Amino acid sequence: MAIITVENLHKTYGTHVAVDDVSFSVDEGEIFGIVGRNGAGKTTTVECVAGLRTPTSGRVTVDADLKQQVGVQLQDCTLPDKIRVGEALALYASFYSRPADWRALLEETGLDPRTAFAKLSGGQRQRLSIALALVGNPRIAILDELTTGLDPQARRDTWESIARMRERGVTVLLISHFMEEIERLCDRVLVVSAGRALAIDTPAGLVVRVSGGQRISFRTSASVDALKDLPDVTSVSRDGDEVVVTGTDDVLTAVVNTLPASQLSALRMERTTLDDAFLALTGHPAS
Amino acid sequence: MTTIIRTPGLGRLAAVETRLFLREPLAVFFAIGLPAALLLILGSAIPGFRDPVPELGGLRVVDAQLPGMMVLLSVGTLALSTLPTALVVYRERGVLRRMSTTPVRPAALLAVQLAINAAVAVTATALTLALGHLVLDVPFPRAFLWFTVVVVLGAVAMFAIGLLLAAVSPNSRVVQGVGAAALFPLLFFAGMWLPRELMPDPLRRFSDFTPTGAFGQGLVDTLGGHAPSALHLGVMAGWALVAAAFAVRSFRWQ
Repeated sequence: MAIITVENLHKTYGTHVAVDDVSFSVDEGEIFGIVGRNGAGKTTTVECVAGLRTPTSGRVTVDADLKQQVGVQLQDCTLPDKIRVGEALALYASFYSRPADWRALLEETGLDPRTAFAKLSGGQRQRLSIALALVGNPRIAILDELTTGLDPQARRDTWESIARMRERGVTVLLISHFMEEIERLCDRVLVVSAGRALAIDTPAGLVVRVSGGQRISFRTSASVDALKDLPDVTSVSRDGDEVVVTGTDDVLTAVVNTLPASQLSALRMERTTLDDAFLALTGHPAS
Repeated sequence: MTTIIRTPGLGRLAAVETRLFLREPLAVFFAIGLPAALLLILGSAIPGFRDPVPELGGLRVVDAQLPGMMVLLSVGTLALSTLPTALVVYRERGVLRRMSTTPVRPAALLAVQLAINAAVAVTATALTLALGHLVLDVPFPRAFLWFTVVVVLGAVAMFAIGLLLAAVSPNSRVVQGVGAAALFPLLFFAGMWLPRELMPDPLRRFSDFTPTGAFGQGLVDTLGGHAPSALHLGVMAGWALVAAAFAVRSFRWQ
């Protein structure tokens, strides 16, 4: 049952087209990811969903009260320096007609309620931000680039907080450009590039759809251009002598039949990743 | 306005914002401490300030000129520095934007900030009158109703100018710089350093039409027991209307 439906969304700023005909729907209880590089139109899309921007054309339907039942965590939104963690949670809880128990949320953050916002680390601020997005007891949480700029441990802690949202039955709309984050958390993912929707699938489905699931890497000084025309090959990327090729189950055979074995070294087969899928779809790495 | 008053959590928002204001020792000092201290120090230390002056109709400087300027200093600092800086910082740091995703509109935060700064201005004014009365033996304003009218009208004009400043400033550095750059000439026109009685005629005439010249003279007049001039009331009302209209038209939430 779709709780968010976006149909043919367009958003232009002057002559700049930020979102160009994007459609998707999010089911209740789902963690839905939107990936794309900076400037791909991810933030504009979710801001239209949250009611913070008006679409130029197209339709956004959200089966929830936008103010009361949608919790939003935006990029670059901070709090006053001197507000304390406990004060902020109690204050934001008081804005809603049926708030969550802010003391329980405070406990989950593991933060000292007396700490001033200015004294929190990046990871602690993000944990508070997630708690603030949940303090209204929302049906939908919209989280924009939550883990950008965090160290690996803080990123993992944040992922745990998001995973707990699924247990609460909260529908999550998550923007990210970390493929590991998407792979770990999201049920389905929308890939956007230059304002256009390129694919919607499960993370595993995207990997299979794009590459057939095989990825091989090797070193060579020879030209690999001939590989690009082979039917079993979906993508070829090269960094100096390091070459990565993705494709169907027969991609390995295709490579060794095309390039002389004497010119190949350090040949390895690996499982393809969402990073490869993103690269094949958009023609660019995600980050 | 009624939707702001019925905002859920408005009381808690006001309480939290008040605590945040009081956690900034410098803001409290400049708005309340400095005017009160200047009143006491200048009023006690400069002997001439406590002698009747014929040019002032037999009043002492501490009776009307000095407390009038201290009220003006307090309102001017709050309106041109404290309030607009707080609002621009809130906009710049996404505090208003975060609030716009909740059931509470960011206009409620603006209203609360305005109310807190107005309350601090009233506190500073009351403190100036009380200290002047207790320490310097200054009588309470005999034209008390007129005094209240001038304080309210002058504060509305100054806060409207402060809101306009917040509306057009792109960032907090600009708002602080422009606020300070505007405050000092405005205090000069009010007679902070050169009482208006001693200004050359053309300068005083010009000062009549500045918001602080009208406000300052209105304070000095009513503290001295006289009614304010219609010209000064009109100048304050005009600045209030024009600045508020431009502020409302140009204010951005993000």
